[in-house]
Amino acid sequence: MADLSIDFVGIKSPNPFWLASAPPTDKAYNVERAYEAGWGGVVWKTLGEDPAAVNVSSRYSALYDHNGDVSGFNNIELITDRSLEINLREITEVKKRWPDRALVVSLMMPCEEQVWKRILKLVEATGADGVELNFGCPHGMPERGMGAAVGQVPEYVEMVTRWCKQHSKMPVIVKLTPNITDVRLPARAAKSGGADAVSLINTINSITGIDLDAMSARPMVDGKSTHGGYCGPAVKPIALSMTSEIARDPETAGLPISGIGGIGNWKDAAEFIALGAGSVQVCTAAMIYGFNIVQEMKEGLSNWMDSKGYENINDFKGLAVPNTTDWKKLNMNYKVVATIDEDKCIGCGRCYQACEDTSHQAITVTSNDDGTNTFGIIDDNCVGCNLCEITCPVDDCITMDERSTGQPYMNWMEDVRNPHREEA
Amino acid sequence: MNMDNSVNYSQQQLALNQMFKDINPALSARQAGIESSRCYYCYDAPCIKACPSKINIPSFIASIHADDLTGAAKTIYKENIMGGSCARVCPTEILCEQACVRNKEEEKAPVKIGLLQRHATDNAEFEGHPFARAASTGKKIAVVGAGPAGLSCAHRLSLLGNDVEVFEAEDKAGGLNEYGIAKYKLTENFAQKEVDFILSIGGISVHYETALGRDITLDKLKADFDAVFLSIGLQDTSSLYLDNEDNEMVINSVDYIKELRQATDLEQLTVPKDSAVVIGAGNTAIDIACQLKRLGTEEVTLVYRRGEEQMSATKHEQQIAKNHQVRIKTWSQPESIDVDDNGKVTGMSFRKTYLEDGKLKGGDVQFDVACSAIFKAVGQKMAYPDTEQLIPTISNGKIATFHNQLTSIDGVFAGGDCTGVGQDLTVEAVQQGKLAAIAINEQLNVSTTTPLQTALSA
Repeated sequence: MADLSIDFVGIKSPNPFWLASAPPTDKAYNVERAYEAGWGGVVWKTLGEDPAAVNVSSRYSALYDHNGDVSGFNNIELITDRSLEINLREITEVKKRWPDRALVVSLMMPCEEQVWKRILKLVEATGADGVELNFGCPHGMPERGMGAAVGQVPEYVEMVTRWCKQHSKMPVIVKLTPNITDVRLPARAAKSGGADAVSLINTINSITGIDLDAMSARPMVDGKSTHGGYCGPAVKPIALSMTSEIARDPETAGLPISGIGGIGNWKDAAEFIALGAGSVQVCTAAMIYGFNIVQEMKEGLSNWMDSKGYENINDFKGLAVPNTTDWKKLNMNYKVVATIDEDKCIGCGRCYQACEDTSHQAITVTSNDDGTNTFGIIDDNCVGCNLCEITCPVDDCITMDERSTGQPYMNWMEDVRNPHREEA
Repeated sequence: MNMDNSVNYSQQQLALNQMFKDINPALSARQAGIESSRCYYCYDAPCIKACPSKINIPSFIASIHADDLTGAAKTIYKENIMGGSCARVCPTEILCEQACVRNKEEEKAPVKIGLLQRHATDNAEFEGHPFARAASTGKKIAVVGAGPAGLSCAHRLSLLGNDVEVFEAEDKAGGLNEYGIAKYKLTENFAQKEVDFILSIGGISVHYETALGRDITLDKLKADFDAVFLSIGLQDTSSLYLDNEDNEMVINSVDYIKELRQATDLEQLTVPKDSAVVIGAGNTAIDIACQLKRLGTEEVTLVYRRGEEQMSATKHEQQIAKNHQVRIKTWSQPESIDVDDNGKVTGMSFRKTYLEDGKLKGGDVQFDVACSAIFKAVGQKMAYPDTEQLIPTISNGKIATFHNQLTSIDGVFAGGDCTGVGQDLTVEAVQQGKLAAIAINEQLNVSTTTPLQTALSA
């Protein structure tokens, strides 16, 4: 049995699955249900200054896939709408009852040192394991000079992080916003400010769709809407990319990362860990399916680790980072060509349609006497783009097979076709 | 099509409707959404090739998936104005759904094309008719028989700007949809609603209770109209050639189904209480057997002289019979109809059969099946009116057709079950009517014709 436990910047957790700061971690009742279900930790929904935020009615909307499942989720909810006193009291009680689980408190305060100093002392008194600085909330709070309004200015990120490290002994995790051009800049700023870790991504500015009868986005509040924060499976590729950017950046390499964004099963989690994450945070999947999903996540991750011979999380953490590189370092002499397995082919012709219309006209179609078609690859025309493999609905029917070019590794910087190549 | 049921049914009729509820209920919107996502939108889609009426199936399914039921229904109606009934009665398991590439996947489950087609045609809403007629050609065409072939032909001719007069022997249009399809496939008054929908294009007048050879002649129609389309269907049934076949409880299945479909009260029907025997192996045999079970006949035995493999009813139809607890006896041929001294049918005697060198032979074993009624479903035949002077060439008992459904007589076309083309499916009749209409229009309106695509997109 693989050991799933982690020690993330000194915060111990029986497994890497944490619930992200969000509605599921709003209060003791939810958090204790999550612990009972088996979650390794939670990041308590963001605390702010009193008086507490007030939310509107109608708060979420979603994007659905072809089967009607939620692929993207959007919310316009603010930080906690309960008083600081209630939250702090509950955090104290819950931590006392669940000492083996991670409990991190998310914070969002105005950019004033004294305010941060005061709240940090209060949180420290609860026995919480650490704080996460919410510099990412993209809706509502930035209009008040907080959340993403801070996260988008690296100087503010560094400044507030430094205050937190000065006024607290707790580990400080800085949560980054993806609503920025280059996520490496705030990550570097967090590191400069002394952050113990970064967590990413927070939600992405989003409008999931327009109600064409009401002519308004959703969720609709009395006929009007506003952009929200996007999360769920649809944002995973963006989150993975940003995670890899920080893991690869020489200035932040080694900075612990808590991965967030579209994690719904063990595979998603393993992917973030392979890109360097030391813990993962989940929200949307739990909001759609409930807390019990952590059972399959733990079981699946453990089984996969056993099958690979990984004894603990560190054994495979970051293994995909060295293989995530710049385009210019890819091998120009590498070649793959599509192959269609005729025995598996069901004759839908999607590969042909796609290649013929939008790619390189590398697929032939032959009509058979029985009215079916047979499809074949023109090797010379195939550029190895993978489009046919992507369109094919049958597993392993179209495969991209490596073809030897007889040439050694050569990247674009060495390629004679590159007018800007670096002369040896 | 407007599916609102404005008809006020009597208690008796409601009881009948209850007895003949839809065997294949409609999909909910949610089910249709998920099912439509299963379509791969194939290149050169095999389902289109397998559809006798050539409906662009991937296109209408994509429209369903994009919540455009109007677009989906229009795509269907463009090729098949009876898309609503075809969605219910087509043996999709040997047509579009058999061709679906998803059969070749591990789950071997085709997209439910028939049910999706029904979803689109049942739920699409149109203001008036979906298509507008092309400018008038001034031509007038006679259509004989208002079944699927005749209605399809009339509709397409009208769409292209021609005026059409339809002559129907019965007092309702619809043909077998109205009189012959199992009541659990086309339920309640769907057939008439579809007729109303088709006629709502305008330019078509129907003369009811007007039969060829009795009230009109082909000669006269040829003289009065620019062209004639014959879609007279089949009028006669095959015989068992046994003694006592004229007994009142030896019943032609098609006649019984017709009575059943028109009945407004169970009391109007003679229902054998304990047991009935059905002779035949086609869809009509299955239909009558299942309907008898629904009407309350305790034991229904369907007897066929060959094996299940040779039955013309599809596997799917055979399963429907089994689901209705119809007993199916194969390899048994009727020998006698047994009648008691009072002339009441008491049963039927059979002899087991076997194949020898491809020939069906009677064996030594004989057995009896007790029953109080016998339903014959051993095939239907065309009976071309013998009073007619002008008769198109008949081949193998049916009207011979050539290119584009033209008969041996210039200007006279034919389609549907009265012709020898295809397997007498509703969808084939619709296609033949459509092709004939297009050919007639082109022939009559060489220079003035409105291109088909223009008419359809109007």
